[in-house]
Amino acid sequence: MRIISGVICCCSLMLISSCQREHRDIRPSPARLAIYGDAAREDLIRPGGPVRPEAIVTNPYNASAYDISEGSRLFDWYNCSGCHAHGGGGIGPPLIKKYWVYGGEPANLFDTIVKGRPNGMPSWGGRIPEYQIWELVAYVRSMNGEQPRSATASRQDIIQTNPQNVLQRPPGVTK
Amino acid sequence: MSGKHQSLNIAALCFAALTLTSCAGRQQSVVNPAGPQSGQIATLWWFFLALLSAIFIIVMVLTALTLTRRHRGIEQEPLEATHLPPPQTEAGLTRVVTAATILSIVILFVLLVTSIITGKNLSELQDRKNPMVIEVTGQQWWWQIRYQNSDPQQVLVTANEIHIPVGRPVMIRGTSHDVIHSFWVPNLHGKRDLIPSRVTTEWIQADRPGVYRGQCAEFCGLQHAHMSLWVVAEPPDKFKTWFDGQLKPSAAPGTAVLQRGQQVFMNHACIFCHAIRGTSASGQNAPDLTHFASRRGIAANTLPNTMGNLGGWITNPQNIKPGNHMATIAMNPPDLQPLLQYLESLK
Amino acid sequence: MSPAESHVPTAEEQEQHLRTLENSWRHPGGITGWLSFTTHQAIGMRYIVTAFVFLVVGGILALMMRFQLAQPNNTFLGPDRYNQFFTTHGTTMMFLFAVPMMEGMGIYLVPLMVGTRNVAFPRLNAFGYWMYLAGAIFLYVGVFQNAAPDVGWFAYTPLSGPEFSPGKRPDFWAQMITFTEVSAMCVAAELIATIFKMRAPGMSLNRIPLFCWSMLVQSFMVIFAMPSVMIASSFVLSDRTVATNFVNPAEGGDPLLFQHVFWFFGHPEVYIIFIPALGMVSSIVVANSRRHIFGYTAMVLSLIATGFIGFGLWVHHMFATGLPQIAAGYFTAASMMIAITSGVQIFCWIATLWSGRLRLNTALHFVFGFIAIFVLGGLSGVLLGSVPLDLQVHDTFFVVAHFHYVLIGGALFPLFGGFYHWYPKMTGRLMNEAVGKLNFWVLFIGFNLTFFPMHILGLKGMPRRIYTYSPEMGWGPANLLATVGACIIALGGIIFIANVVWSRRAGKVAGNNPWDAPSLEWAAASPPKNYNFEYLPVVTSRYALWTPPDERVIVTGLRSNRREVLATTLMDAQPDHRYVLPPPSIWPLLTAIAVTIGFAGSVFNEWYITWGSILSGIALIGWFWPRRPLELKP
Repeated sequence: MRIISGVICCCSLMLISSCQREHRDIRPSPARLAIYGDAAREDLIRPGGPVRPEAIVTNPYNASAYDISEGSRLFDWYNCSGCHAHGGGGIGPPLIKKYWVYGGEPANLFDTIVKGRPNGMPSWGGRIPEYQIWELVAYVRSMNGEQPRSATASRQDIIQTNPQNVLQRPPGVTK
Repeated sequence: MSGKHQSLNIAALCFAALTLTSCAGRQQSVVNPAGPQSGQIATLWWFFLALLSAIFIIVMVLTALTLTRRHRGIEQEPLEATHLPPPQTEAGLTRVVTAATILSIVILFVLLVTSIITGKNLSELQDRKNPMVIEVTGQQWWWQIRYQNSDPQQVLVTANEIHIPVGRPVMIRGTSHDVIHSFWVPNLHGKRDLIPSRVTTEWIQADRPGVYRGQCAEFCGLQHAHMSLWVVAEPPDKFKTWFDGQLKPSAAPGTAVLQRGQQVFMNHACIFCHAIRGTSASGQNAPDLTHFASRRGIAANTLPNTMGNLGGWITNPQNIKPGNHMATIAMNPPDLQPLLQYLESLK
Repeated sequence: MSPAESHVPTAEEQEQHLRTLENSWRHPGGITGWLSFTTHQAIGMRYIVTAFVFLVVGGILALMMRFQLAQPNNTFLGPDRYNQFFTTHGTTMMFLFAVPMMEGMGIYLVPLMVGTRNVAFPRLNAFGYWMYLAGAIFLYVGVFQNAAPDVGWFAYTPLSGPEFSPGKRPDFWAQMITFTEVSAMCVAAELIATIFKMRAPGMSLNRIPLFCWSMLVQSFMVIFAMPSVMIASSFVLSDRTVATNFVNPAEGGDPLLFQHVFWFFGHPEVYIIFIPALGMVSSIVVANSRRHIFGYTAMVLSLIATGFIGFGLWVHHMFATGLPQIAAGYFTAASMMIAITSGVQIFCWIATLWSGRLRLNTALHFVFGFIAIFVLGGLSGVLLGSVPLDLQVHDTFFVVAHFHYVLIGGALFPLFGGFYHWYPKMTGRLMNEAVGKLNFWVLFIGFNLTFFPMHILGLKGMPRRIYTYSPEMGWGPANLLATVGACIIALGGIIFIANVVWSRRAGKVAGNNPWDAPSLEWAAASPPKNYNFEYLPVVTSRYALWTPPDERVIVTGLRSNRREVLATTLMDAQPDHRYVLPPPSIWPLLTAIAVTIGFAGSVFNEWYITWGSILSGIALIGWFWPRRPLELKP
């Protein structure tokens, strides 16, 4: 009997630890679907502009393995890798770095993606929903080791198994 | 108890035979072949069923008979003393068991041979001289279809629906973009796994026109349940008409509403993933929408292709296929309606 | 030993012998004592009870799945939850119930059946149990953290790789396998050693009970098959934790490599589960037909043949991957060949039942149920062995029906028969026969109602592992029927548990041998004392307790003030030497804890392998600290 209660105690302690890592928000709530259309393009110093949305400073998908993985998928699907490669940079600056020009905190990264930045970073605010931007933020942070190791994939798996990468047999050679 | 055993199992077999041959649910059925491959397999199936059922019934009868023997008290005396029946009984049993074993070996050999012969026949149902090759790439959770052709202008890229001409062998060259899927259209042939980094091939052929449903048959993640496809077999002339129509670029929007719809499409995230030939949308991550309205289903045939379903899908794909990779884009009704009309105009 | 050299102990000597024996073999007291038990009855019972708990858990998961599938487009479980449930159901049933349960029955019964006092390596036995428990807890800690594996019990890559399974879900799965396979290997090693070297004098290899033969074959299969799954799960685990590319197709790895290595284990695994059940059936049939088993030699040879051929079938799980025809043909032939070995066993049992004087108790009911269900499952298996047919029904509910028929019919029904047969030995009381027969019928009817329609569903195109389906497919009615059947099975389980609990207090007192069965475990007390037999028996025939009492011989002269056993030769069981088993020890538990720290931690940080190794090294030093056996006070 004592054994069982001891085991239960230990187990319940462990229950607390992974709530964030295994969180899966498959159906994002409508609040997360916001498209930062006009708000994103607004100039900060325009007086008397419309009420801007409340500042969000935490990433709701912080430390969530599923969302970091989604961010990794979106990073390729939305062709971030076209300019940033897989963190090393190319046309665009690298994303694995210590010193961020526009700030490397999640809120700053969110801003960067939403508003775009001078010299080529497009503004995604009017294009993709907020929850996907947060997923991308989580992924970029994970590239820099700012996400818990247990929630980050160990491999980047940047070489996709596209049919283009597959050894093709010429037509006519069949099983 | 023996009687109940027997009758239960025989009843079950009859029930099986009835339901298998019943009219309901003949779509996607193994015993409703529409082509030579599935026909051979179905014949083999009935042969196996008959032989194996006979064996089952015989074994059950013998088992049940052991229960009737106990009341007769045969060999009681020797059993009490030595726990062994008389030697004649043992000898008789030895003969029977040996015979049964030899019979089993023979029957299994017959089954083996028929199975190998069928396999060989299936592998010969090919057309190497003038093959029609369709590349099927499994994606999470849809099918990318590409009609191969040495002439680049005759290469057709589409999604989730295959049309084939009746009576012609078609080679399916399968691979996968991500995880292992499996291409399976039971009315036409068995399944072939789609494995990333490998190309697997399978020949299918439809001998009568019809619409055949297929479904992914290798667990591939959250929406494995909703990854199905249609294979439409048509007479060769109808197929040619369909094919030529599909090769054309998308219909240019004629009315103001349709133009607005195209504008909505271009200004939203749709273009990041989807392609519509004839426009500047050329995303490669998601199904090609050039002739979207000509397809029977949406979302890998999770729902029939109607405007209502499409509206529900676009506004909230996670409601219909939770976990799928389509972004949930918040869309206003003034934007949504023209978009739906535009997409449904892409015949 | 000639009668002239024998010495019949006087009453006083017997009295003295018994007292010291009781003292040497007594269980230590207190919590630490309880954690230090090394007697095989205690550890066998722990395995049995723990595995039964996981049977219930796996069954509840299955019931939830069936509720979800009862109606088309049902919303009882979403896709994520359903995927976790079916994966956990399969994983629990295969790794946490079936194999440990068979091991537990083996650990409990084998020393009794071969006429010795304990298994060959008592502390290893305890360690094996703690590893199993640790692995089970490890997995379920994950389950309750929303980290239950969700990639199928076989976890094909790349779906279970880091790219497509974020988080730690498949890691919990893969590491649980490591735990349970270490446990299985421990049990296999000690059972082989026990059966080969610790039999009662005179029990030559051709006189051991068929259950011992089945545990022997199963143990050898474990030794060859389990390393394979450890390798496969390690591929997945290291790909996920330290970025290797064993099964990553993008970098030269091969997803099919995982499948081959996994199924090289996966197919023998089902025989590992099934072969002990065959042994149980033989025991029950012999006891309740009151005659020698028909065709003992044929039975033994077919058990061994099943064990061998079982290793040559694995590719039949991969027929759809595009194999060369010749390879497919070979595996078809092998898959059909194994039907012959199982068939021989069935024929021999039918012959035994035919010519015996049957006692139709609950256990024999379960044997009849086993024959009906297993034969149907085996025949559907022959069908699945044919490549063209398999290509149609692979990964459909037809396969689900097949393996439940062979696993539930072939392993669970004999197991329940075994429970009813050996409960009097384990607890000293008989289970209620009327309730037992009701139990049988409820399970039999419920089972067939659940799984027979699945054959038809598979032929109608319903794939496996789908969380829902649309109404126009026509799969609704059969699914509903299956769900009703599942509820009936659940009822059968409840009836069984009720019978077990009730009979504990109020069952008829059993005595040593209520069934007048011939094997040696029925000579021990019910329940057996820690030392099993006051004096170790000598056997002169295959059916020890069916020899007249005045012809029975015992072994005298072994020490009673230490835990001493007799080691005998391999073939003919001539006495070879005396061997003192170690007293109860806490070191197996401490070693298990150290290894658990290493295994469990390494899922999150590979440095835990180092810490775990250091701790395990310390624990092993404690365990194996050299002491002369005779100086070990019990």
